[in-house]
Amino acid sequence: METNHADAGYLAAQARIRTIPVGLTVQKVRERFIEFLMFLCAASSIAITGGIVWVLLAESWHFFRNISLVDFLTDTQWTVLFENPRYGIMPLVTGTLVTSCIALLVALPLGTTIAIYLSEYANVRVREILKPVLELLSAVPTVVFGYFALLFITPLLQQILPDLPGFNMLSAGIVIGIMIIPYVSSLSEDAMKAVPIHIREGSYAMGATRFQTAIRVLIPSAFSGIASAYVLGFSRAVGETMVVAVAAGTQPNLTLNPMEGAATITAYIVQVSLGDLPHGSVAYQSIFAAGLTLMCMTLVFNIAGYLLRKRYREIY
Amino acid sequence: MVEPANIEKRLSDNRRFDTIFAVIGLISTFVGMITLAALLFDLSTDGLGRISFQFFTSFPSRFASQAGILSAWVGTTLVMIVTALTAIPMGVGAGVYLEEYAPKNWFTGLIEINIANLAGVPSIVYGLMALGLFVYQFRFGQSILSAGLTLALLILPIVIVATRESIRAVPSSMREAAYALGATQWQTTRDHVLPYSMGGILTGVIISLSRAIGETAPLITIGALTFIAFLPDPPIKGEFPFVSFDWLWSPFSVMPIQMFNWVSRPQQEFHLNAAATGLVLMVMTLLMNGIAIYFRYRFRKRIKW
Repeated sequence: METNHADAGYLAAQARIRTIPVGLTVQKVRERFIEFLMFLCAASSIAITGGIVWVLLAESWHFFRNISLVDFLTDTQWTVLFENPRYGIMPLVTGTLVTSCIALLVALPLGTTIAIYLSEYANVRVREILKPVLELLSAVPTVVFGYFALLFITPLLQQILPDLPGFNMLSAGIVIGIMIIPYVSSLSEDAMKAVPIHIREGSYAMGATRFQTAIRVLIPSAFSGIASAYVLGFSRAVGETMVVAVAAGTQPNLTLNPMEGAATITAYIVQVSLGDLPHGSVAYQSIFAAGLTLMCMTLVFNIAGYLLRKRYREIY
Repeated sequence: MVEPANIEKRLSDNRRFDTIFAVIGLISTFVGMITLAALLFDLSTDGLGRISFQFFTSFPSRFASQAGILSAWVGTTLVMIVTALTAIPMGVGAGVYLEEYAPKNWFTGLIEINIANLAGVPSIVYGLMALGLFVYQFRFGQSILSAGLTLALLILPIVIVATRESIRAVPSSMREAAYALGATQWQTTRDHVLPYSMGGILTGVIISLSRAIGETAPLITIGALTFIAFLPDPPIKGEFPFVSFDWLWSPFSVMPIQMFNWVSRPQQEFHLNAAATGLVLMVMTLLMNGIAIYFRYRFRKRIKW
């Protein structure tokens, strides 16, 4: 059959074929453009970090031009909002450390035990039910936990310790501890699960029980993962705000006694932000200096955790 | 030399301790659940009596019995809209880029380390950053826009990690099949990889939004109001052009801040209001998490490569 070159359909098809290279170029440009957009999304995470560091450093820089770093680190009073303000960060740091340490005293033993139980003892069905329920703990809004600490745990503790004041670091610390259990337990469990089965079997073959295997074999082998779980738990405890702002009071207090109330770094930032501070005042800048201190504390612990992990890393 | 009788005793002791530890483990797991139950019980006994139609349709008030959470839940809804519209495209875009496109170089490595670190930054520090940057540098003011963007940045790492994990679960044979038919990289991603990983991404998005609903500290830091007796400009208008974006610049309050305000007052009656607000918050977050868990369960069951 002879092709009719004057056929309209044929001409149209030919015209379309001729545009294919143009279409491909357009497509290529579109592909590049979309890739670039998505690259921007990914790179924005670096901009966020940059923004955090820049804001904290810039505002703290203004703060430390007015207040000497030595006073900031050695003075024992933090009375920024008073008539004769004094700027010693120590009371806020002790408040933060006391509540965090109580939280860790609750969360580390419980979290580790739960991790061992879920990874070594519980069967699949029990784990499938228990794990999501446990993780709901970290989904509860923190201000609700604050309410719980102030109006449920504190009255409960006052039954045992009649002298306990209404605002105290003990109940705030306990509640934060329960709150961070899922962070500690699920990361530790992942780490223990990652230990190869033959290492467990070696231990069982020697006649060890599951408990002995967990304590003497699994925890040392999974130590680097468990250490990161602990460091994450600590970062959460240090940065926790609403529980301490509600239940531990807003009075800076240089004490290591958990039975007293004391403001933490985060509670101070909340307290100042609730008031209407003029932009650029020293009190305004002080919350950035406090935030910088908070970041430095978590940074120190993260680096410590990193070194620990590197020291005890096991490679299979 | 250990006597055989002693060995027997040691072994049975060990076995007994093993059983005891199993019980201890189960009890430890229940500590969390008992807390959760006590929390819900406590909130219900205090707050359930305050929950009524009037509670959702009234502004906060000096009189505890007349106060409600109208401005708070409207604020939460509007802030969540901004957060979702910012965090979902950015997070999914970043996740897709890192899994499907990113070359293996130092910059990609830097982005990955950076996202892991961002997940560990305390939320209040995001608030400080937003106060310095959004509120004063960019002059967004203490507005719904600033609040929504702050929470979007806060949950971005969660969305990115969830997106990456579910994209990674798509076998490369799927991509190769699409390429073999002449699809471009973006067509493959859009028509195959993303639809297959939608379940996991959706789970991550719901969980991250439930986290954002409960966040309080960063919003207090950027200057959310604790007492607000008016609503933002409505986004939908009766006359042309029917939509308005003035609400973005409006001052706001959200439910957790309303609760915080009530719980910090000394009067008992306001504590009841706080409990009722807490109950509403708990129901919302638990519901969202329940949906997410269901999604995860369903998608895992259905997809078998």
